[in-house]
Amino acid sequence: MTTRTSRIKRIVLLALAGATLPLLAHAAGEAIHIDRQKWSFAGPFGRFDPNQLQRGFQVYKDACAQCHGISRLDFRNLAQPGGPGFKEDSVKGLAATYEVQDGPNDEGKMFKRPARLSDKIPPPYANEQEARSIHNGAYPPDLSLITKARSIEYQGSLFAHPFHLLKDMAIGYQEAGADYVHALLTGYADAPKDFKMSDGMQYNKAFPGHQISMPPPLTEGAIKFQDGTPNTVDQMARDVVAFLHWAGDPKQDERKRMGLLVVLYLLITAVLLYFAKKRIWAKAH
Amino acid sequence: MSQHESSYKPGSRAEQWLDERLPIVRLAHDTAVSYPTPRNLNYLWTFGGILTFCLVVQIVTGIVLAMHYIPNDLMAFNSVEKIRRDVNYGWLIRNVHAVGASMFFFAVYVHMARGLYYGSYKAPREVLWIIGVLLFLLMMATGFLGYTLPWGQMSFWGVTVITNLFSSLDAIIPGLGTKIVQWLWGGFSVSTVTLNRFFSLHYLLPFVIVGVVILHIWALHVVGQNNPTGLDIKTKADTVPFTPYATMKDLFGIGVFTLLFSWFVFFAPDFLGHADNYTPANPLVTPPHIVPEWYFLPFYAILRAIPSKLGGVIAMFAAIVILVFIPWLDTSRVRSARYRPIFKWFLWFFFFSVLALGYLGGKPAEGVYVAWAQFFTLYYFAFFLLIMPIVGVMETPSAMPRSIAESVLGSGKPAGAVAAPEKR
Amino acid sequence: MAAHTEDATRRDFLVVAASAFAAVGGAATLWPLIQQMNPDASTQALASTEVDVAPVKEGQAITVMWRGKPVFIRHRTKAEIEQANAVDPSTLPDRSARNDALPESAPASDKNRTKAGKEQWLVMVGICTHLGCIPKGQGLSDVKGDYNGWFCVCHGSHYDTAGRIRRGPAPRNLDVPAYEFLSDTMVKIG
Repeated sequence: MTTRTSRIKRIVLLALAGATLPLLAHAAGEAIHIDRQKWSFAGPFGRFDPNQLQRGFQVYKDACAQCHGISRLDFRNLAQPGGPGFKEDSVKGLAATYEVQDGPNDEGKMFKRPARLSDKIPPPYANEQEARSIHNGAYPPDLSLITKARSIEYQGSLFAHPFHLLKDMAIGYQEAGADYVHALLTGYADAPKDFKMSDGMQYNKAFPGHQISMPPPLTEGAIKFQDGTPNTVDQMARDVVAFLHWAGDPKQDERKRMGLLVVLYLLITAVLLYFAKKRIWAKAH
Repeated sequence: MSQHESSYKPGSRAEQWLDERLPIVRLAHDTAVSYPTPRNLNYLWTFGGILTFCLVVQIVTGIVLAMHYIPNDLMAFNSVEKIRRDVNYGWLIRNVHAVGASMFFFAVYVHMARGLYYGSYKAPREVLWIIGVLLFLLMMATGFLGYTLPWGQMSFWGVTVITNLFSSLDAIIPGLGTKIVQWLWGGFSVSTVTLNRFFSLHYLLPFVIVGVVILHIWALHVVGQNNPTGLDIKTKADTVPFTPYATMKDLFGIGVFTLLFSWFVFFAPDFLGHADNYTPANPLVTPPHIVPEWYFLPFYAILRAIPSKLGGVIAMFAAIVILVFIPWLDTSRVRSARYRPIFKWFLWFFFFSVLALGYLGGKPAEGVYVAWAQFFTLYYFAFFLLIMPIVGVMETPSAMPRSIAESVLGSGKPAGAVAAPEKR
Repeated sequence: MAAHTEDATRRDFLVVAASAFAAVGGAATLWPLIQQMNPDASTQALASTEVDVAPVKEGQAITVMWRGKPVFIRHRTKAEIEQANAVDPSTLPDRSARNDALPESAPASDKNRTKAGKEQWLVMVGICTHLGCIPKGQGLSDVKGDYNGWFCVCHGSHYDTAGRIRRGPAPRNLDVPAYEFLSDTMVKIG
């Protein structure tokens, strides 16, 4: 019987091995490689760096806001804990420089007033149609959830994929979107000689298809950081991505802090329950 | 619910008074306290308790989310964002519900695999097993409906694609499929009307599940639990009372499960989801790869493995419905695969096939992926339709212990004497 | 067998401790489930309301919406103010001014329910303190009750010209919200 089992085992294994060979050959894809970055907010112990978020907001305001809204954020969010931590008064001042529509007033008319803390950060367009008419048909997406809405396609071999997934699960990898946006912002380059570019498009190493209608938003030294952080394209990209990641998940710090407590509690409980179970079962043996 | 003799003794006059009028305490006692469970159950048997836990978590968090969610195409996505950003602990409750769906399916797959391995579907547990298949179908429906609600790109296109499955009926009676799809949608495309009814049904089905779970437990208590040896309970030495033994073991199982659950909720809430669902639904643009949630992927792979539209739909539903018939497809005298030297390997390869189908379901439907999906689909059906009946007749079971007690405590020793080497 | 009898207490302790620990965790999960029903962050941050009261003539009143609630603003006549001042606050059913800007112990004098120099303007949340109906008395032709202020038709509560409860089942005077005059006629509520 044992010989029969082992023969079957061998057949199954051989079948498996034979089955997987052609898959190996196929594994090389045409997807684009995106480097993973080191983020202060990655992993269970990761937290946002308020200074970085403040710089990131500055980059967003100066380099992105003309075309991209961030309309899921209220002004008050900029002052709340776990975020850039601006002073409430300065956010009030900032809000007052924006105009939002309100109304109708007593005469039934809509009117403009300075924004308040409770208002959403106004987007640069009234609607998608207006955005497209300004941008030659392209629609600069709202950035509130941009790092959540982007991901990286897996590149490695098929056999490593399950282990890769398990590893990412174990480290809590949630920064694929951040890695991608960073790669996009720093991915502008001259198109290779044999690459056919369409009119008005830019070559970008990270963008799927490599042709993007957004001109390079960041230029070396264009923004001066008050805290003296070097204003390289890479640094600006890093900071603005951190800000955007926060904008997509303003409760992240609170979530991870509570998570550590919960996991600690559950570990203790599980250990206690294990020994309690052993005690009880000791009788049954 | 229980068939064993009731050992409930009312402790006070008041309890006795109630017992004579509504023996509800007796029912609870016989079901959850004195109910005899086989003493050799391993941790795979805690998944029943874990699934109950999951169901309660989903219902509680779901009711709470429904207090903030708005089932309207213009507001659904925004209301979910409001839950994530503004509602007190909304982020937590939403993460628990979203991750909870995945955990629920993870647990049910372990539960089903355990049933397959130890032959829990075999007589006299056929009805118990069939109710379980029904529960699985209800869970799939609920999970699918629920995934619609955030109204992101994946929600929208997932609904579009899956509801369009019914249009394959046009191949049988022209026009019938289209009619059914329009009936499901309440329009000529997936719209706010569809969203609204899906929300209503998503709220309803969990309570149907509760009802069917009660039937499932009832059926379980009539026929008794299976166990790793697959042997019937013969003497009292084979069992221990449910409380405190099984209760404490289940509690520990749930504790460990909650750890895994919390890991996703707090540190990787989006890991099991799809990035495209953070883009609001857009009826004019389809995302490049439409994939369902991971727990549907094996069936999605079967759907795509068949080159005909109607054939794919039939194969996909058949893959689930076939489970109903396995109590009669399996011809073996022995329940547990532990004592089935040949079947065991086919079964392990079946588990591998389902995993492989799950992997392939997440890949684009092109070239070699389709070929492999076809291979594993073939095995999936061959396993039930050919291997189960044929191997059951051909194979000689290996030596089995005489009783459950013997499998735990070793032969020749009276029950309750010494600790057994058997790990539990 | 003998081994487990001697540490029976330890076993019981372990089992009780583990169960208690698990129960505490279960109870703790109730907190977020209860808290989620409280006003959320965007509701709490809701803006204040600004009203221009210039068009409101003496003897007239307007109702504005603030945090989803009606706020009564009445431009009172001299006679109405005198009527309100003629009452000794200590004889009232509710002696507290119920003014957000003042402590609860402040007596319910007309002065304490208005702003100094702006006594003609009475600003109150227009919700009957009995069971939440909106009292009558804003419109010129409305019934104003026996004290010429407001009258709640639901259960017959009479409020006077300073919005104080005088007769009927309502337990408290109408609440005066936090407000300020930004200019002579611009009122900011909240």
